[in-house]
Amino acid sequence: MNKNLGWFNLTSLVLGFAFLYLPILLLVVFSFNESKLVTVWAGFSTKWYVSMWANEGLMDAAWVTVRVGLLSATIATALGTLAALTLDRFHRFPGRTLFSGMVYAPLVMPEVITGLSLLLLFVAINFDRGFWTVTLAHTTLTMCFVAVVVQSRLVTFDKSLEEAAQDLGCPPVKTFFAITLPLILPAVVAGWMLAFTLSLDDLVIASFNTGPGATTLPIKIYSQVRLGVTPEINAICSIMIGIVAIGVIVASIATRRSELERDKAERAAFRVDG
Amino acid sequence: MAKTLGPVKRKFSPWDDPGAKPYIRFENVTKRFGDFTAVDDLSLDIYEREFFSLLGPSGCGKTTLMRMLAGFEEPTSGRILLDGKDLAGVPPYRRPVNMMFQSYALFPHMTVEGNIAFGLKQDGLPKPDIDARVKEMLKLVKLERFAQRKPHQLSGGQRQRVALARSLAKRPKVLLLDEPLGALDKKLREETQFELMDIQYELGLTFLIVTHDQEEAMTMSDRIAVMDLGKLVQVAPPAEIYELPNSRYVADFIGDINLIEGKIASAEGNRLRLACDGIGTSIEAEASGSGAAGETAWFAVRPEKVRISHDPPPEGTVNVLSGEVWDIGYLGDVSVYRVKLPNGAIVKSTLANVTRLVERPIGWDDKVYLTWPRDAGIVLTR
Repeated sequence: MNKNLGWFNLTSLVLGFAFLYLPILLLVVFSFNESKLVTVWAGFSTKWYVSMWANEGLMDAAWVTVRVGLLSATIATALGTLAALTLDRFHRFPGRTLFSGMVYAPLVMPEVITGLSLLLLFVAINFDRGFWTVTLAHTTLTMCFVAVVVQSRLVTFDKSLEEAAQDLGCPPVKTFFAITLPLILPAVVAGWMLAFTLSLDDLVIASFNTGPGATTLPIKIYSQVRLGVTPEINAICSIMIGIVAIGVIVASIATRRSELERDKAERAAFRVDG
Repeated sequence: MAKTLGPVKRKFSPWDDPGAKPYIRFENVTKRFGDFTAVDDLSLDIYEREFFSLLGPSGCGKTTLMRMLAGFEEPTSGRILLDGKDLAGVPPYRRPVNMMFQSYALFPHMTVEGNIAFGLKQDGLPKPDIDARVKEMLKLVKLERFAQRKPHQLSGGQRQRVALARSLAKRPKVLLLDEPLGALDKKLREETQFELMDIQYELGLTFLIVTHDQEEAMTMSDRIAVMDLGKLVQVAPPAEIYELPNSRYVADFIGDINLIEGKIASAEGNRLRLACDGIGTSIEAEASGSGAAGETAWFAVRPEKVRISHDPPPEGTVNVLSGEVWDIGYLGDVSVYRVKLPNGAIVKSTLANVTRLVERPIGWDDKVYLTWPRDAGIVLTR
């Protein structure tokens, strides 16, 4: 790589980072604003972080969001992993194309349409809208992302490992839990985190399928913003950003470290036999 | 492993005994994948304690045949019997055979010990028994020091040993080896070949090995099956495959050979005369039962059986060709001379380099004579 960046590269880099992170930076900065007015800086304060906790509506919404996220991500991970396994292992079965199309449809479908069609379904079967409808809707949305992540791992998975396990007397289901799952676990976990994050910040689908008592945080924030942004919202958004950032950083450090260790071990092995 | 390295020579030929019961039997086995026929109506008997090789180019169906025995593929038609029992419908995890995979397929998240113990745990053996067997296996493949390593912390040769130990741990009656030495370098491969033979002999197992390396098959096997396009071309002990190939395909696949096309001019008893336009002369051969006069046939002679010399052979010698040395391949132990005949055809002859002269007596463009006795080659009609 060229060490000398040159003015063009440098400018693009700065501009790029500015576009990506300046709004977020502003939001975090203004969450520490003394003033109630979002756009006017009146000195440093953490009072919004305190008053945020007292805002029951906001806290309820946050709690609903976390529960929906945990539950839908877990269901979506189980279903998405099964779908990925099916698509990877069975190359020919009646309706495979339809199945694969259905699994990946939410990936390309506009969210409005996904949200609306789910709403129509719930109305048609007379399913009361609320916590469960949002959870189911998010499961539908995020399952395809899990399937994509897991399937891309399965492409490089050496199937002779499963054959070897069966050859040594291990029945298929046990083989999945003893061999396959431990080896694709990083992808499954990554899929779960992706699903959780998507559920956490989804507004469109949630607002179509929500009902009384199941207001998620994005819906709450959106409806409050229409009445005027309060620094409390900045504060809770900053916390969300913090959580996501810490998650991403920890995950990448863990991956990097395990890679380094593996490299070192491999080199050591070859030194030993000369 | 045995103290002595080297082939264990023994009189072993149950295939010649009509009373012997085959241990593994393929009965008219066919396997199709869509339109492609991988194994075509193949029948084969393999005997207990035999070291049997399936040899052929990639795509000849040898791996499919092995995978059907392991249970990963079901035959489209035909039966596979093991010790007299039909294996149809028996899943791989209930078959008393174990396989060593080409990629070794070691479980990356388990230690060497964990890998070897995996099969034993499936059988629900008590822990002390498992530990004892794992120790024994580690000793067998000389990896005691590496018991706690993960597979990625091992070299290629060590991984190969772990794979072998894992597949032997359950004491299977039959061990299937899919290109077991393919990933090793030449020196290590030769060493391991002899070790495999010793292990097979000591444990009294039946080995079925798939390979495309003819040298490997020749070194280790009791019998070799040469396959092509899903069919067996010839099944015989190594020496017979080499000296008495039944077709041009086998002759050409195993080792180096001169194949000369001709027409059978006369056939009296086992004495044949072939008119060969390609080399501009006729060949006298002694070969029983290989075609009638008028038929097209090929004379096949190994280069090491073709004598090369500067001096003309005495009057009355049969099968004399003369030509110029076109190319010399110096391999250290032997030299291969490619001799060009006056009409352009090339005949190969190899000569052992028994002296330590750097200057070989026969050089480029020398005029030489090639001769071979009547019984040096064979006549093939297919």
